[in-house]
Amino acid sequence: MVLSDGKGIGKVIFSSSLGTLIEWYDFYIFGMLAKTISIQFFPEGNDTAALLSTLAIFAAGFLVRPFGALVFGRLGDMIGRKSTFLFTLVLMGGSTFLIGLIPGYRTIGIAAPLLVLLLRLIQGLALGGEYGGAATYVAEHSPTNKRGYYTSWIQTTATLGLFVALGVIMLVKSNMSDASFTSEWGGWRYPFWISILLVIVSIYIRLKMSESPLYTKLKKEGKASSNPLKESFGNKANFKMVLLALFGAVMGQGVVWYTGQFYAQSFLENTVKIEFMQNREIMLWGIGLATPFFLVFGALSDRIGRKWIMLSGMLLGVIFYRPIFNTFLKDTNVKEWKKMEGDATPTIISKEILKVDSITTGNELALVTHSKIKWQSQQGTGFTETRADSILNVGATPSVTKEDSKPVFTDKKLSSPMKWKFISLVFVMILFVTMAYAPIAAFLVELFPTRIRYTSMSLPYHIGNGVFGGLVPFIATLLSASSPTDPLVGLWYPILIAALCVVIGTFYLTNKIDKNIND
Amino acid sequence: MNSLKKIMGFFWMTLAPIVIYLLVRSALQNIDSTGTKDINKPVPWIIIITIFTPIAIGLMIFGYYSLKGEYDHLPESSDDL
Repeated sequence: MVLSDGKGIGKVIFSSSLGTLIEWYDFYIFGMLAKTISIQFFPEGNDTAALLSTLAIFAAGFLVRPFGALVFGRLGDMIGRKSTFLFTLVLMGGSTFLIGLIPGYRTIGIAAPLLVLLLRLIQGLALGGEYGGAATYVAEHSPTNKRGYYTSWIQTTATLGLFVALGVIMLVKSNMSDASFTSEWGGWRYPFWISILLVIVSIYIRLKMSESPLYTKLKKEGKASSNPLKESFGNKANFKMVLLALFGAVMGQGVVWYTGQFYAQSFLENTVKIEFMQNREIMLWGIGLATPFFLVFGALSDRIGRKWIMLSGMLLGVIFYRPIFNTFLKDTNVKEWKKMEGDATPTIISKEILKVDSITTGNELALVTHSKIKWQSQQGTGFTETRADSILNVGATPSVTKEDSKPVFTDKKLSSPMKWKFISLVFVMILFVTMAYAPIAAFLVELFPTRIRYTSMSLPYHIGNGVFGGLVPFIATLLSASSPTDPLVGLWYPILIAALCVVIGTFYLTNKIDKNIND
Repeated sequence: MNSLKKIMGFFWMTLAPIVIYLLVRSALQNIDSTGTKDINKPVPWIIIITIFTPIAIGLMIFGYYSLKGEYDHLPESSDDL
């Protein structure tokens, strides 16, 4: 039985998506508030706290997420989708709320980072179990000709969760001073506390839902799996499909998703050095404008198949990542900005001497002036220049002034037309994400039988997204260390992984939509 | 197409140990007690190599299946699984 009427399926999609969105929100706020959390729970100079911090960052995403996929996937195939993804929601919401209640390191010492680590691991575990349940649940309610469209609503939640997290944090932050926000019991805890309200609402809605009709039928007939792990990974015929899903689709989708949604933001902030608020504005517009395309490509995949839409998204990433990121760098080259004429010419609006160092070598005295200069043009572009100029041979006539050859330019502000150009480029990258990610739930659901679907689809999904996608910043740092002169070197990792996936997907995957997922 | 899959199968089987070798070599080159970046710490490398080893073995099995012609015909219903 599927729900073809708008109201019934609407409820199913809404209740599933809301919970998944909240889980993403919970997972993101920890990452977004990492700096404050680090100050409160993982103080510098304490080796144990530093180790726990590294574990919280790496273990939650890389180890625990796939493990959660196995634990809850198994549960979802044995006791049902509804109870399982209700449980993951409680776990996620509960641990998020509790993180907001833990006193800081200064109050309870090493117990604070230990508790945070424990709760962060529970968050990773819960996230590993949620997605497969929600995708399976919606797909098992959907008619064949709308499976891609209906499950694409689930696909929007990872992006919308980012939106809500960013919105809540910005709202809280804008209503208090920085000191009030970052203090031990300050505003940074509010987003964690808010989570419990969201979770209660979502649990209430999910409790009213009934079990997936396909799973109920299976259970009634006594055909539910008693050992989904063995059937998923011990049975060669199914295991080969798990491997195909991972290497032929999810691996590439994971890096495209991460590069568009997270690496772009980090690149604009840390490499291009765009001003904090404008960077977020660019990301929010780009992501916001592209989000509806999840639904467009989900629906399109019902008509023309999943395979080529997903692979096209990855291939476009492979082709355009380097030109797009290179444009970000080229267009924000301050040396070029300084050469511009007319309204575009930047002029100094303030200059602050930070400090003056005096260096004596033998009889010669040199002064090094560290200054911060703010530039702005009438067109709206601006930047902060931090430089250290030296006056050599002070007292002699003439003294020699040596200008800093490598001033640092930060807080770059783009003019309105350039800002929109950047928004368009981010939009294009998110469009690649929507192509690769929108059909993936329907694609995975159709690959596996009902009795072991939750387990079989969850593991490749979380390895693809959590491990391959989550590794993007780490590998980018690694590549930058080996080739420090090329600021785009970090892109080779997502490009190579996506290219590999395109090759495997092209030759091994079929574009045929499985009309019958009732088996 | 199927013979191409078989040739590629050999390539995937070879790629898997190369990936592990590169990861271990990168770990040994970058772990540095004086460094401050994540790539200088041993814990992330231990976690990444731990999780990547079974994935690379998976790639090797994928290659082996491909070489043996397991992907020449994909299942069309659950009865084939």
